Amino acid sequence: MLSPHLARLEGESIEIMREVVAELANPVMLYSIGKDSGAMLHIALKAFHPSKPPFPLLHIDTGWKFRDMISHRDAIAQRYGMKLLVYTNPEGRARGIDPIRSGSQLHTQVMKTEALKQALDLWGFDAAFGGARRDEEKSRAKERIFSFRSRGHVWDPRNQRPELWRLYNTRINKGETLRVFPLSNWTELDVWQYTRAEGIPVVPLYLAAPRPVVRRDGLLIVRDDERLVLAPGEREELRTVRFRSLGCYPLTAAIESTAATLDEIIEEMLCARSSERSGRVIDADEAASMEKKKREGYF
Amino acid sequence: MTSQVPSEVLVSAGVRGPTKGLLRFLTCGSVDDGKSTLIGRLLYDSRLILEDQLETLRRDSARHGTTGDDLDFALLVDGLEAEREQGITIDVAYRFFSTPLRSFIVADTPGHEQYTRNMATGASNSDAAVILIDARKGVLTQTRRHSYICALLGIRHVALAINKIDLVDFSAERFHHVVGDYFGFAQTLGFASVTPIPLSARYGDNVTARSERMRWYEGPTLIEYLESVEVESALAERPFRFPVQWVNRPNLDFRGYSGTVASGSIALGERLVVAASGRESLLERIVTADGDREQAHTGDPVTLVLSDEIDVARGDVLARADARPEVVDQFAAHVLWMAEEAMLPGRSYLMRIGTKYVPARITTLKHKVDVNTLEHFAAKTLSLNEIGLCNIATASPVAFDPYVENRQTGAFILIDRFSNATAGAGMITFGLRRATNVHPQSLAVDREARMRRNGHKAAILWFTGLSGSGKSTIANLVEKELHGQGAHTYLLDGDNVRHGLNRDLGFTDVDRVENIRRVGEVARLFIDAGLLVLCSFISPFRAERRMIRELVGEGEFIEIFIDTPLDECIRRDPKGLYARARAGRIKNFTGIDSPYEVPEHAEIVIATRAKSAEDAAQLIVAELRARQILS
Repeated sequence: MLSPHLARLEGESIEIMREVVAELANPVMLYSIGKDSGAMLHIALKAFHPSKPPFPLLHIDTGWKFRDMISHRDAIAQRYGMKLLVYTNPEGRARGIDPIRSGSQLHTQVMKTEALKQALDLWGFDAAFGGARRDEEKSRAKERIFSFRSRGHVWDPRNQRPELWRLYNTRINKGETLRVFPLSNWTELDVWQYTRAEGIPVVPLYLAAPRPVVRRDGLLIVRDDERLVLAPGEREELRTVRFRSLGCYPLTAAIESTAATLDEIIEEMLCARSSERSGRVIDADEAASMEKKKREGYF
Repeated sequence: MTSQVPSEVLVSAGVRGPTKGLLRFLTCGSVDDGKSTLIGRLLYDSRLILEDQLETLRRDSARHGTTGDDLDFALLVDGLEAEREQGITIDVAYRFFSTPLRSFIVADTPGHEQYTRNMATGASNSDAAVILIDARKGVLTQTRRHSYICALLGIRHVALAINKIDLVDFSAERFHHVVGDYFGFAQTLGFASVTPIPLSARYGDNVTARSERMRWYEGPTLIEYLESVEVESALAERPFRFPVQWVNRPNLDFRGYSGTVASGSIALGERLVVAASGRESLLERIVTADGDREQAHTGDPVTLVLSDEIDVARGDVLARADARPEVVDQFAAHVLWMAEEAMLPGRSYLMRIGTKYVPARITTLKHKVDVNTLEHFAAKTLSLNEIGLCNIATASPVAFDPYVENRQTGAFILIDRFSNATAGAGMITFGLRRATNVHPQSLAVDREARMRRNGHKAAILWFTGLSGSGKSTIANLVEKELHGQGAHTYLLDGDNVRHGLNRDLGFTDVDRVENIRRVGEVARLFIDAGLLVLCSFISPFRAERRMIRELVGEGEFIEIFIDTPLDECIRRDPKGLYARARAGRIKNFTGIDSPYEVPEHAEIVIATRAKSAEDAAQLIVAELRARQILS
């Protein structure tokens, strides 16, 4: 049984998803494999019951996700019988863009933002669900649940459609798109408590285990394969760590933790003193950097 | 940095989850009253500001902050670059925090008058409001405006936060003075409760911790108020309403109606009715992914299965047969305008009410409300952020409840038909005319009978184009040709209509829309009479042409665009109008200082440079034959 609070959040998310399916011609669900995507997919499975969710999953693969993430992705798609589309920016791959040598900014721009826009255009999706939450970051706190994108996937934060009551404006002209965020009003803690209550499978990387770690710029980077070359003076050591947020492995820092179950994760969160995205290298530059990325089309 | 030890009772959330569920509230107040600071304080004291965010805040406070060496809590919530640079809140931001008793979603809304729409947005989903007043300044114009908007949007409970009490030496006298002023004004607004609280958002007095510096105050702290305010579950006690969102049809054996219960509750076996059609059936199953249920309550997302195969679609409202909503196609509503482009009575907008989209137009603007003084005055349009009481007509009947009774089924938005922007928000006050009364009587001689007698179909031939494009010349030739072939025709043009029916109208945008609306209604009557109606009007706006199109049946509106370039029209200038317009002696002249919106989907386009008026007329008649309007 969900608490009244979680039941209300779940209900709101279900309503949002049904709205998109009823009004848009060709929706897709961005599936980034993390806990938020997991919760979002779980809600979608409930929202359309006894039908299956009438849209595919799309994963933008930068080529640098943890191996555990990729196997989790494929297992989940198989388990729920969901059509899974995987897209990698071909030019980016040809140019050899990578998060280590190209730098996090260029990598994110080419392999995530550009790749996402290409994929949406390629399949002609007019609406894309994303698992972003307003509590993650300040500019996300201001984004609409139904977030309008003009041609070219441009977000104009100063000219957003007012969103009143539950009367979402789903109307778009040809070439325009919507990004839709069913988890807008969830917090990180809500997602974990929901994940536990509903028994949603998560990538094992969220749970603490001994892993090979390199300390770089004060962050703990798990060396997921040989492509992460050790700099002089760096050494790999085995530490018990876990992740609060999952992305490209060289850009996502682990935290030292012994929380090896969902209960322990929730317990740890209640005492936590740093934010979920603090391990994301790409957020660090300045406070407004997420707004910039979002205007360019990042999720 | 000044801070108070966070209250012992506050943690970010209990593991078992708050016991009282969720409260959504908004904060509003004048510029610089400290709304964002207050929310920053609530988040900080509830330990939701984490170390890395605190570090960012320290950096940002040094760069953009307005609080000297102290942390500027406002920077925690003003998320957009422009807001941080200007030090003001522009957009609504939503923030989340919890205490062991309750979880909260706060809508932080801007105070400036030019962002009234953003405040209304925050209010539309809130159960309670925290209205801030600067203790030094007392009740201001903005205070009145915000209170009116909160009341209009249906908020029943208000915490009156008398902020910056530290700057008036924690004076009880000053507090009571301000509160007295506020009550004098707010009596007319009809709030169920107003709770005044003296506080200092910056220093935390009476926010989450009881202030030691105001022993004279015995009421709740702000957080105690928020934890305890009883938001009566108004919707749960209203009649059952279920706007159908999506027809769930996985296979031929299952047909369910998915949606969220907007109000009330329902149980298996109860008799349901489709509000608009009046068709009835019994509730057979309540399906969810977690198993079937016996009952569904307000807010539950469920899929309903009925015992009979009756016609139900997205946009329909299911209700209990013994407690139905009103079904009307005309009603009165308060409308808050949200678009840069002014609202024009007569223009067609797309209305969204519940899960239904329906074309609608504002037939009358009864009065505008001055949001600062609450006075009513006459007006022809509503501009951005203005509020008015309007009569609205919809293209087909809609089910609703008055907004004061049901915030879910009494609210709507208006959408611009070209940009798709959300242009207005409305709250229905009452129905004007029962739709059941306007069903046309079945006439012995109907349109079909007249068409058979005439030997051709009825249609509007709508000639649009710039002044001097040759519309009327071509329309006259077409009429002559049709008449010669025995068709029943009538020609309406700007000149014959403006001298009689529309003598009272000028050439402002509002009057142009009304001019075209009346012409459309007359043309519709002529269609009923079985005629081919030729209408020759500049009709520069797409919205108006679309409005006429929607008045009549499919295939009965033939838009004919006489495509003559502006320079050619100016060269011809048969009535000398362009010369006068360019000399500034005619205002709002299409093509000169008023736009012409080129048709995007005209049935017939005539490029006049390439052909004579006679050829154009022949082409049009041939097209009518091809469309089987002429036999």
